[in-house]
Amino acid sequence: MADSQTLLELKHISKSFPGVKALDDVSFDVRSGEVHALLGENGAGKSTLIKIASGVYQPDGGEIVVGGKAVRFGSPRDAQVHGIATIYQELLLYPELSVAENIFMGHAPRTRLGAVNWPEMRRKAEELLASLNIHDLDVTTKVGRLTVGNRQRVEIAKALSMNARVLIMDEPTAAITEADVERLFEIIRLLKGREVGVVYISHRLHEVFDIGDRVTVLRDGRYIATKAVAETTEDELVNMMVGRTLDTMFPKLETQVGEVVLEVRGLSRGRMVRDVSFQLRAGEIVGMAGLVGSGRSEVAQTIFGLTPPQAGTILMRGREIKIKSPRQAMRYGIAYLPEDRGTQGLIRQMELRHNTSLTVLRDLSRAGFINRQKEMQLAQSTIEKLSIRAYSPLQIVGKLSGGNQQKVVVGKWLATRPRVLIVDEPTRGIDVGAKAEIHRLLSELAQQGLAILMISSELPEILGMSDRILVMREGRLVAEFSRAEATQENVGMAMMGNWTGNGNTLKVQADGAAWQA
Amino acid sequence: MASVTQTVSMRRPRSQVSSVLRTIFGSQESVLLVVLVLLIAYVGHSNSGFLATRNMVNVFAGYAYIAIAALGMTMVIVTGNIDISVGSLMVTLSMLSGALVTYKGYPSWLPLDAIIGISWLLPIVIGALIGAIIGFFVTYLRIPAIVVTLGFLSILKGVLIMVSQGERITGMPTGYALAQRRPLQGLDFPIFEDFFRMLTMPVFFMVFLMIVVALWMRYSPTGRAMYAVGGNAEAARLSGISEHRIVMTAFILNGVFVGIAAVLNATQFSVIQVTLPPIELQIITATVVGGVSILGGTGTVVGAVLAAILLNTITKALVFLDISPFWTRAIQGLMILVTVLADLIRRQRQAE
Repeated sequence: MADSQTLLELKHISKSFPGVKALDDVSFDVRSGEVHALLGENGAGKSTLIKIASGVYQPDGGEIVVGGKAVRFGSPRDAQVHGIATIYQELLLYPELSVAENIFMGHAPRTRLGAVNWPEMRRKAEELLASLNIHDLDVTTKVGRLTVGNRQRVEIAKALSMNARVLIMDEPTAAITEADVERLFEIIRLLKGREVGVVYISHRLHEVFDIGDRVTVLRDGRYIATKAVAETTEDELVNMMVGRTLDTMFPKLETQVGEVVLEVRGLSRGRMVRDVSFQLRAGEIVGMAGLVGSGRSEVAQTIFGLTPPQAGTILMRGREIKIKSPRQAMRYGIAYLPEDRGTQGLIRQMELRHNTSLTVLRDLSRAGFINRQKEMQLAQSTIEKLSIRAYSPLQIVGKLSGGNQQKVVVGKWLATRPRVLIVDEPTRGIDVGAKAEIHRLLSELAQQGLAILMISSELPEILGMSDRILVMREGRLVAEFSRAEATQENVGMAMMGNWTGNGNTLKVQADGAAWQA
Repeated sequence: MASVTQTVSMRRPRSQVSSVLRTIFGSQESVLLVVLVLLIAYVGHSNSGFLATRNMVNVFAGYAYIAIAALGMTMVIVTGNIDISVGSLMVTLSMLSGALVTYKGYPSWLPLDAIIGISWLLPIVIGALIGAIIGFFVTYLRIPAIVVTLGFLSILKGVLIMVSQGERITGMPTGYALAQRRPLQGLDFPIFEDFFRMLTMPVFFMVFLMIVVALWMRYSPTGRAMYAVGGNAEAARLSGISEHRIVMTAFILNGVFVGIAAVLNATQFSVIQVTLPPIELQIITATVVGGVSILGGTGTVVGAVLAAILLNTITKALVFLDISPFWTRAIQGLMILVTVLADLIRRQRQAE
């Protein structure tokens, strides 16, 4: 580490937006051959900081130093010229173009006549991918046909094609599978060996310990500390981020598990939902684990009537019901908190009170008009019950922080007084503090007798919150664990399918309640 | 209940002045109102003939049918769709109305009032029907509204020209001239007596329908659902709102308002003819300038009506300012760009 040079330095950066000070005297640097993780809750200023480093925003105060020289980035292009490439959460690729075209977009090799030199471009693209140990990607494939993990690799190759010395990655693992995460880490280690400096942003603490060399924590737009990863602990980092410890993350309450509320038998739809059967009891939280694409959300959407089942039955308190639309599902007391609150949960430009009432407009109406007083009361009580930090029910929800937005979506569903609550990735992309609050809320709701089905890609969340754990793989329910028997290992193994891979077949017991290896 | 109102008023932003300013310049409706008043004052100051009662009545009544059609267009655009066939539809329905009232083949026992009634109402029903067909194409067949209505625009225009063969309709009975009626004639008013007495029917339709639709869109579940669908169709659907039903409703009501506008247009003069001015552009301009975001989800009919009046005022003002009326369309275009730009800036500031 001694001979590694500092590639990029951000010194005493400040940045304000109308009404908020997003960054206040924040310093950050990245050296060649290291992975420097950037941690902080949502709204801590991570995004603003990397947008300044990549030329999207210009700082109000402070200095950017590249290779020892102070520079100014007027645009993302300037930052690229200085060897700084950024891979955003939403990948910026052209789905209709090939892998090679995407990699060399804007700087394709030319023939002497100025036309694109296609053979050269494909050769260079293949070379680049090979240098990243990627041998399973055809450079002529259209990017739109690739998995998210593969698209990410293309983005990395693209960054390297521009001779990036600093690679900024904004939550690169948010949308990819566990297997892809492993490959991503391999590539990152490869890059380290090539003296590239990586800025790594993630909500997942364990990744910081897997891959990071140093870690810097931001809180409320301020610099808190920079530590060598080897010399810190998860607890210390969480403490720095929020001033709380991990124990409060999963406040699971003891509940009285009651009668069966919802039961599905042989539920099937297409390839993603195959012969799924399970029961949900009042007062219990059932965690549903599985890889992305294992059919978890599809099961939820089938129960909720978005994609009606092709086979199988749904029983509500022992009575068979037919659900063909969300409206019908709601009438039977089923609520569904969708995976992506931004595109599926909220009407962002609407006021908070109009969002919380959206599911119950008819109930709030008399003689064809919405009772505004009741609507206001609903919003007010939602704010209080869920401790939403909003200055008034009239606030535009798009302006709330991620965690508070999620609470509004929860509130919207609680307004329907559901008996079954299906939550799909309830804490994705929200900060640690808000996460703990959502967990506490789910616990309390279960204690009040709600049956909760919680889909999550985060194993600690599944293990920490569930009374029972169902595991899905390739559209099927492949395992069930009680709270006591579930561990990171056996749930993880069931998700990956390693058990069947080793020749151990899973066998269904007659009553369908338990699975054995 | 009392405690709720209390908390709310307590949490209002502190500065009253700044909140008043924000109300004025934060909403398109109030900006339009201020611009309208300033414009009338300015033109009146330059040429007092502009303020003559007859002209003022024209300023408010002249585009009433555009404003009424803009009510329907507002709903359609708020749900995230558009209808560019409204101009053709309106002319078609106007001609239909004229043809109905001048048709000679009714049985002799049918009183004239009934014939007039039919010629007023049937175009509205047909308008609703065509709206339903457009809505069906857009929702159930999932064809983008701009494509569907582009098709309807051509179909209606073609049929109209073929059927009418460029002929004009005249000889309507006097009772038919709905738009020429002056409901306040003969009543006494403390101020602006002449103005009120001369106001014609379209103004009353415009104001009445605007109030009803404004309240309905703001306070009815269906109206609210229109904003929800336009704001985020997916989230609305997941909240149990039937997107199809809402978009259908918007297109059907749009047809109804085009029908009403067509009847007012047809009964305005003693001649009905196939002129094909770009009425749809005027209607869409009024709606967009009125602050209805072309992306859906925001905007009110009050803004659209004010914008329609403003557009007409500008047209009339040019004459009094001795500026070529050919500037009208350029100015309208400019207003669209300015409004969309302002909307964009507002959205960006919201996003940050």
